[in-house]
Amino acid sequence: MSTRLKEGGRRIDRAKQVEFTFNGKRMSGFEGDTLAAALLANDQVMMGRSFKYHRPRGVVASGAEEPNALVNLGEGGKFEPNQRATTTEIFDGLTAASQNHWPSLDFDVGAINAKLSRFLPAGFYYKTFMFPRFAWKHLYEPIVRQSAGLGRVPKDRDADTYEHYYAFFDVVVIGGGVAGLMAAKSAGEAGAKVLLMEQTPHWGGRAPVDGGEVDGKPVEDFVAATVAALEAMGNVTLRTRMMGAGVYDHGYMLGYQRLRDHAPAAKGPRHRLWRIRAGRIVTATGAIERPLSFAGNDVPGVMLASAVRDYVVDYGVSPGDRVVVVTNNDDAYRTAIAVKAAGLSVPAILDARAGGGGALAEEAKAQGIRVLNGMGVAKVHGKKRVEGVAVCRQAGEGAVEEEIGCDVVAMSGGWSPVVHLWSHCGGKLVWNDKYAMFQPNPEASPTGADGEGFVLAAGVAAGAQTDTDFEGLGLYETLRTAVRAGTQAAAELGFKTRDVALPTVSEHDEVAMEPVWLMPQGAGAKLRMKAWLDYQNDVKVSDVQLAAREGYESVEHTKRYTTLGMATDQGKLSNINGLATLANALGEAIPQVGTTTFRPPYTPISMGAIAGEARAETFQPLRRTPMHDWHEENGAHWEPVGQWRRPYCYPRKGESHAAAVAREVMATRDSLGLLDASTLGKLVVKGPDAGKFLDMLYTNMMSTLKPGRCRYGLMCSENGFLIDDGVVARIDEDTFLCHTTTGGAERIHAHMEEWLQTEWWDWQVYVANVTEQYAQIAVVGPNARKVLEKLTDEDISAESLPFMAWKDVTLDGVNSRVYRISFSGELSYEIAVPASVGRAFWGRLLQAGEEYGVTPYGTEALHVMRAEKGFIMIGDETDGTVIPQDLGLNWAISKKKDDYLGKRAQARSFMDNPDRWQLVGLETVDGSALPDGAYAVAEGTNANGQRNVQGRVTSTYFSPTLGKGIAMGLVHKGPDRMGEVLDFPGTDGKTYKAKIVDPVFYDRDGEKQNV
Amino acid sequence: MSEAVSALAGAGFDGIARVEEAGQVGMVTLRGDLDSAAMVKAVKTATDAAVPGQRAITRAGGYAVAWMSPDELLITCDHDKADAVVNSLAKSLAGAQFLAVNVSDARAVFDVSGAQARDVLAKLMPVDFSRAAFGPDIIRRSRLAQVPAAVWMSADDTFRVVCFRSVARYLFDVLCMAAQDGSEVGVLG
Repeated sequence: MSTRLKEGGRRIDRAKQVEFTFNGKRMSGFEGDTLAAALLANDQVMMGRSFKYHRPRGVVASGAEEPNALVNLGEGGKFEPNQRATTTEIFDGLTAASQNHWPSLDFDVGAINAKLSRFLPAGFYYKTFMFPRFAWKHLYEPIVRQSAGLGRVPKDRDADTYEHYYAFFDVVVIGGGVAGLMAAKSAGEAGAKVLLMEQTPHWGGRAPVDGGEVDGKPVEDFVAATVAALEAMGNVTLRTRMMGAGVYDHGYMLGYQRLRDHAPAAKGPRHRLWRIRAGRIVTATGAIERPLSFAGNDVPGVMLASAVRDYVVDYGVSPGDRVVVVTNNDDAYRTAIAVKAAGLSVPAILDARAGGGGALAEEAKAQGIRVLNGMGVAKVHGKKRVEGVAVCRQAGEGAVEEEIGCDVVAMSGGWSPVVHLWSHCGGKLVWNDKYAMFQPNPEASPTGADGEGFVLAAGVAAGAQTDTDFEGLGLYETLRTAVRAGTQAAAELGFKTRDVALPTVSEHDEVAMEPVWLMPQGAGAKLRMKAWLDYQNDVKVSDVQLAAREGYESVEHTKRYTTLGMATDQGKLSNINGLATLANALGEAIPQVGTTTFRPPYTPISMGAIAGEARAETFQPLRRTPMHDWHEENGAHWEPVGQWRRPYCYPRKGESHAAAVAREVMATRDSLGLLDASTLGKLVVKGPDAGKFLDMLYTNMMSTLKPGRCRYGLMCSENGFLIDDGVVARIDEDTFLCHTTTGGAERIHAHMEEWLQTEWWDWQVYVANVTEQYAQIAVVGPNARKVLEKLTDEDISAESLPFMAWKDVTLDGVNSRVYRISFSGELSYEIAVPASVGRAFWGRLLQAGEEYGVTPYGTEALHVMRAEKGFIMIGDETDGTVIPQDLGLNWAISKKKDDYLGKRAQARSFMDNPDRWQLVGLETVDGSALPDGAYAVAEGTNANGQRNVQGRVTSTYFSPTLGKGIAMGLVHKGPDRMGEVLDFPGTDGKTYKAKIVDPVFYDRDGEKQNV
Repeated sequence: MSEAVSALAGAGFDGIARVEEAGQVGMVTLRGDLDSAAMVKAVKTATDAAVPGQRAITRAGGYAVAWMSPDELLITCDHDKADAVVNSLAKSLAGAQFLAVNVSDARAVFDVSGAQARDVLAKLMPVDFSRAAFGPDIIRRSRLAQVPAAVWMSADDTFRVVCFRSVARYLFDVLCMAAQDGSEVGVLG
C-alpha cells in the first residue's frame, strides 16, 4: 500500500493538517502537499480511468507532464474539469472527483471497451465513418459520444475573476530550477531588467531531490542563496506559480500565473495572464523523464522513477513498500537509493544495459541492492494495483526468467529536454544520438523582427552540449549553460557583461544511457498490445505499428490517426517513445521522422485567464447615450445597434411590444413624439476643399449646398454599392456636418480619413468625429414647433426655419442647433445639444410637451414611420450588393459631376442593367404583414433544382397609421409591374400574396412635413 | 436651464488604487500643421503652452496640450473655457488650414491614483507604465481593454484616462475590476 512515511518531506509542513475529499471520501494531508501526494498518502493509488478503454490508472508523474491523475475539481461556480492532481496544491475544503468512470471509480462499466480492444484499433474513429454507412448514426455515434471526453463540462458561471497584465522586460527566464536561477542572476548582474517565472510554488526544480554539492554545500543551500541574491536585486522580478505558456513572434510571450488556486478563499483574481514583451527569452524548462514501453506499463503503481523519489523526498510519501526499478540510464539509481534511504525495500534494479551503470550503480550495490544488468520487464502483474513483475532479458522476446513481487515499478527511459517553448515560435531541434533526445539547435533559434534569435536555452532544456569536456545533463553543465545563456541574453541587448566564475560542483559521473523503445526489444504482438505509449488517449505500441502498416508515414498524420499525443497532456510523456516506435516500424532514423509541432500553451490554461476582464457586464463595451438611464428607468425594451443599446419601444405595464409600437407611432403622427437620435454619426468636415471632397464621397452634389441648409446624401463604395446615407448640413463656407447612420460613424470617419490620407493627401480638408459631443433629440409631430416655441423667444417659424434648413437657437437657455429634417414624414426637428446637458434637456422637452401628450418612441416606431413614407434604411434595403439605382434613388445621383466614388462601377454592364431587382412597395391582398426576408417565387427551377425567385422582402411592418401590413422589397423589373400580385411562401407553410405598389404609402405629397 | 453633468456624476471606487471620474473637463481637438509658426503662436496665445513633440504633453496654468498624431493636438482646460479656446484658435489661425472643435462633452475622464496605479493600468493597456518609460511629460493613445483611450499623468502617482463618453460606464467598471482588493501585481507599484 501507499502511505505517509514517518519522516521526511521537504515541501510539507506536518504541523498543518489539511482536510479534503476525494469522490466524497474525507481525507487529510499536509500543507505543501499536491493532491497527488496527499492521495498516495491516503493509499489512493488508482486516480482515474483511461479515455478509451477505461483502464484503471494511477499517477505516473509528479509534475506538469502527468497524463493520468486528472480530476474534476471544485463545485458550482468553482468547478473545473481535467485538473492535474500533480500540480494541484491542496487546501482545506478541496473537493476532487475522479473522471471517466461510471458508476464508480472502482467498478466501471466502460471497462468493457478493453475487452473489445480488438474492435477499437488505431483510427477506429475514422474507420467508423467509412463502413457500413448506416452504422455511424445508429451504432458508432452513440457509443463514441458516450465514451468521449474526460471531465464534466462546467454548468455554472465561473465565480472567479481573472485579469491580464502587460509587462515589459529585457530578459524573461522561464523555469526556476538551478538553471533558471543562474541565468536570471547572470542577466540581472549585467543590469538587464529580468523576470524569472517558475510554474511550481518552489524554486530549485529537481536539483535538491537529485542531489549534488555546489561550493561544498548541498545544492539546496545554493538554491536558497541564489534566490536571496535575486530578491535583493531591484531589477529582477521573481514569480512562482507562473508558467511560461507560449512564445510568439517578436519576443511576445504569455505567462500564466495561478494566484488563488491554492487559496481560493482569498480576495482577488484567480489567474493572471501576463502578456509580456521581452528582449530575450531564456528557456530553462528542464527535462521530462520518459516511460519505458513494456506490457502492463499502465497498471497503477507503475511510475516514473523520478516521480517515485519526488514523492519520497519532497512529500514524505511512500508509493509502495517494494519498489522495482527498471531503467536504461544511471539517473534512476537515485530513486533506488532514495527509496532505500527511506527505509523501504528495493527488491531489484533491472538495468536494460548489458554493461550496466556507473558510479551510482556502484553506490546502489554497496547498499546491498540487487542489480540485474541486461534485464527488463516482460510484463507487470496486477490490474488495479501492481502485484509484481516478470523479469526477462532485454535482448530477447520476453521469456520469463524470474518473478519478483512488488507494488511499485519505477521506470526510466531517459530524459527529454522540454523544448516546447523553444519550439513555439519556430526554434529548430537537432537529434542528439548519444543521449537519444531532441534538443534545441542554437544555430536555428526563433528570430525576431531584426532577424536575430531571441530565445536561448539553458540547463538541461538545452540538451547535452558537445562543445565541452563535460557532458550529459549533470549539475555542472546545467550551471555552465545557464550562465552562458543569461550572460549572452544581456550582452545581445547591449548590457555590459563580465565573465562569471562558475561555482565548484561535486556530483556523480554517469555512464551514457542506451535507448530502449520497446521492452524486451523482441516483444511479440501480445506484449506490444499491452505496452502503452500515450496513457491519456490509450495509444499502444501496436497502434502506432498498425498505423505504419496502413501507410501512415508522416508523424503528423500518425498522430492524428492514432490520437497519439492529442490528449490534454499533448504527449509530454509519449511523443518521443511514439515517434521512435514509428521510426522503427518504418525502418527510418528518428530524426528523419521528426517531431510533431509544439504549440502553445505548454499546459492548458483557463478560459477565464484568456478572457481576462471580458466577462459578464464587461464582456463587451456597451455604449450609452446621455439619456440611457432615463430609457432604462422608463421600461425601454432594448435593441442592440452595434455596441449601442437603443430603445426598441417603451412598453407600458401589460402592453405588448406591438401595441407599444402602434401607440408610439399614432401619438407621434397625431401630436408629438420624441426620439433619442444621439447615436447617429456626426462628422465635421472642414477646409477650402471640403465641398470638392464631399462631392466625391456622396453621389449627389454637396458643394452647391448653401450655409444654413441641409441635404440628404448617399454614399457608395468604389464598387458602386451603397454604404451609408444621411443628412449633410453646411455650417459655413468651409465647414460641413455630415450625419451618418448609427453603425456608420466610425466606419465612415475611417473611410474619409483613408481617402484623405492615401489618395487626396494634398486636398485641404480636415475631418473630426464629434458624434458623442452631442445629445441629439428628434422632436416629431404636428405639435413639434409649438413645444419648441415654449422654450425660446427666437423665430423658428416655417419662414425662418423651413424644411431642410438648420439654425442655432437658444432653447431653455441651452445653445442648440436645430435641424429641420424628417425621417417620419411629420413636422420634425432634430435638436443637437451638448451631451452634458442632454439628459436634463430631454427632461425639459418631456415637461414642455406634456400638454401635447408627448410620447418617447423607439427604433421600431421610427422604422414603421419611415417605411410608411417609403424611406430606405441602410442595412434593410441595402446589403452590400445594392446600388442607389436599384432603390429608385436616381434623383440623388448627380448627372453634373465628373466623378464620385462608385460612379464608374455603376456604369458597368451588370450594374446599369434593367434586369436588376428594384425597389417597390408590397401590400398583401388580405392586409396581413409579409414575413421578413421572404422571397417571391417565379416559375420553374434553377440548375440546382431550386425554385426560381423574382424578388424579396427587405422591410415589412404592420402600419398602425394605415391599419394594414406594408412592405418594401426588391423585385425583378418591379417598378414596371405595378398592380401585379406575387407569391411569397413563408416558413410557416403559408403562401402570402402581395401586390406590387408604390413604396410611398403615406402622405405622398409631403404635406405633413412641410408645414 | 439644464445643468451640465459628466457621464457618471463623479463616481468613485477604492481598491488597490483609487478610481474616480474627474468630472467635466474642457477639451478641444485641433488639427493643422503642427510645425508652422502660426500654429505655435496660436497654441501659445490660447493656452500659454508650447506645441508638444511626439507622444508628449505640455502644460501652462490650467491648460495642457497633448500630441495626438502628426497633425492633431488635444487641448484640455476648464470645461467652460473650451469655447474660448476654440474662438482664440480660430482668430489666430484665420486664413490657415486648420480645424478646431470643442469635444469636451464627447469624452469621459477618470483619475487612477495611488502607489498601485501603474500596475492597475498595466492590466488593461498594452503600454509600458514603468517610471523609466512613462513620466509626467508623456501621453499615450492606446486601447484600454476593448475601447480607445488616452492616458497621461495629472499628478504624482495619478494617471488621467480619457475615453469616449458613451463607454464611461464600461471604462469605470473595468478599472474597478483591475483595482479590486487582493489584485496587487507588485511590479511597478
